[in-house]
Amino acid sequence: MSNPAVLSLRRIGAMVLRYTYLLRSSWPRMLEMIYWPAVQMLTWGFLQTYLVQARGVAPNSAAITAGALIGAVLLWDILLRGQQGFSFSFLEEMWSRNIANLLMSPLRPTEFVVALMVMSLIRLAVGVVPVTLMAIVFFGFNLWALGVAFAAFFVVLIVFAWSVGLLVSGILLRYGLGAENLAWSLMFIIQPLGCIFYPVAALPSWLQPICWVLPPTYVFEGLRSVLIGHVLRADLMLTGLAIDSLLFAGAAFGFARLLASARRAGTLLQTGE
Amino acid sequence: MDHSGVPVATTAGTIVETGMSSLVPASNVALIVEGLCKTYDKTIAVKQLSFSLVVGSTTGLLGGNGAGKTTTIGMIMGLIEPTSGSIRVFGHDMAHDRHRVLGRMNFESPYVDMPHRLTVRQNLRVFARLYGTSEVERKIARLAEDLALVEFLDRPSGSLSAGQKTRVALAKALINDPELLLLDEPTASLDPDTADWVRAYLEAHRRDLNCTILLASHNMAEVERLCDRVIMLKQGSLVDNASPAELLARYGRSNLEDVFLDVARGRVKGKNRVDS
Repeated sequence: MSNPAVLSLRRIGAMVLRYTYLLRSSWPRMLEMIYWPAVQMLTWGFLQTYLVQARGVAPNSAAITAGALIGAVLLWDILLRGQQGFSFSFLEEMWSRNIANLLMSPLRPTEFVVALMVMSLIRLAVGVVPVTLMAIVFFGFNLWALGVAFAAFFVVLIVFAWSVGLLVSGILLRYGLGAENLAWSLMFIIQPLGCIFYPVAALPSWLQPICWVLPPTYVFEGLRSVLIGHVLRADLMLTGLAIDSLLFAGAAFGFARLLASARRAGTLLQTGE
Repeated sequence: MDHSGVPVATTAGTIVETGMSSLVPASNVALIVEGLCKTYDKTIAVKQLSFSLVVGSTTGLLGGNGAGKTTTIGMIMGLIEPTSGSIRVFGHDMAHDRHRVLGRMNFESPYVDMPHRLTVRQNLRVFARLYGTSEVERKIARLAEDLALVEFLDRPSGSLSAGQKTRVALAKALINDPELLLLDEPTASLDPDTADWVRAYLEAHRRDLNCTILLASHNMAEVERLCDRVIMLKQGSLVDNASPAELLARYGRSNLEDVFLDVARGRVKGKNRVDS
């Protein structure tokens, strides 16, 4: 018998296989994953083009010319789709009333979570990578050309996305599909507070400390710094990653507590619609 | 002790009172439930439940709606945390050591489903890997043959009829050749022919693999046919624990349905009287 304390790649692989079967079974589902990021990118890309052409309208033409809007929307999609890729894979188990089958199998919760993280990356690869390539073709903006900076942005964003996904999954386990809307909407609170399209300084001073608690704020400030000043602010990235680590640990703790609470409340056997 | 099934220490090692009028070595016991309680706020779902299952036996868990059958099975599976009491499966404490035995157990319930958009074969592959089944494709082919699923293997699970879904769920429950199989109303919503077929399959499976089965059911004929012992629950408490023949003799009835009605309506003559 394998040591149950050790994570099993076989079991993680089984869950990833389960979700890839699901993705492969539906081309509309695959299309939908590309559709919204593409629409977002095109909308903001054309807005950026317009602002560059009408320079008198643009309050900060340097940032806009450098692609801050389209860069921000692409990174925002990584954040949003990363969380949704995690949460929607989990929701599939709730919708299909499969949670009890999984939780009484040898699959450990940690392995389940790792599989959801892998799926979030796979869904990002399917949904966002083609859109970043479209951005090069349509607007000449190459996110990949940011190199190390992009890698740092990605890590900070995806860890935050997983933290939110983990917390939402715990809430779903405990409170059932009544909490489903959180999976769709929770990340949108980041849109105004994460300072995606404007600097933190644009917000009222009382709101700014709240923004600096959110790791995405560091990424979007960092993006503007790279695009306008051509400087990768390592301090921003390290601070963002440190806060990320704390939030992920908190989310993991919250997930474990919510799972334990669901076992106590007996809700794991009643997870369907 | 009266049918409680708790372990008893002796100089010869731990033995277990199984309610079968004999003591059994602990190594021959698949499941020991001891003093199990579950309360939700002020509602008592299961109260001081104790019993044990001998390896290779089939035991029926009988009781009306709300008697605590599903809660009991949920606690044994580890999906519901007991308020107090203990559950040991093959000697492992399920509260602290469940991952050591989950691979030796499995379950089937009409209240739990499998992903609808995956084909039957894909679903079975996923669960086979989760359980570490060897020779996965051969195992799936054998189960499909045994459970008459060959023609459905490449159809989405959600497109199957209730009877076909039950057989798929049974295939999933048997994918790891479990030593302890928990079945919650395995023939609910099946037509009589399919239900009879499933019962025959379970009988053969238990006989061939010496599997231990705990079966919650409302179907008295099913329990009478399949079970060596019957645990009767009422309002979360154990009312009786005996073989079907002993129950019939004890209650002076000719079938388990009448025994069930006696217990449900409080006309109890058994050893653990609910009321007089």
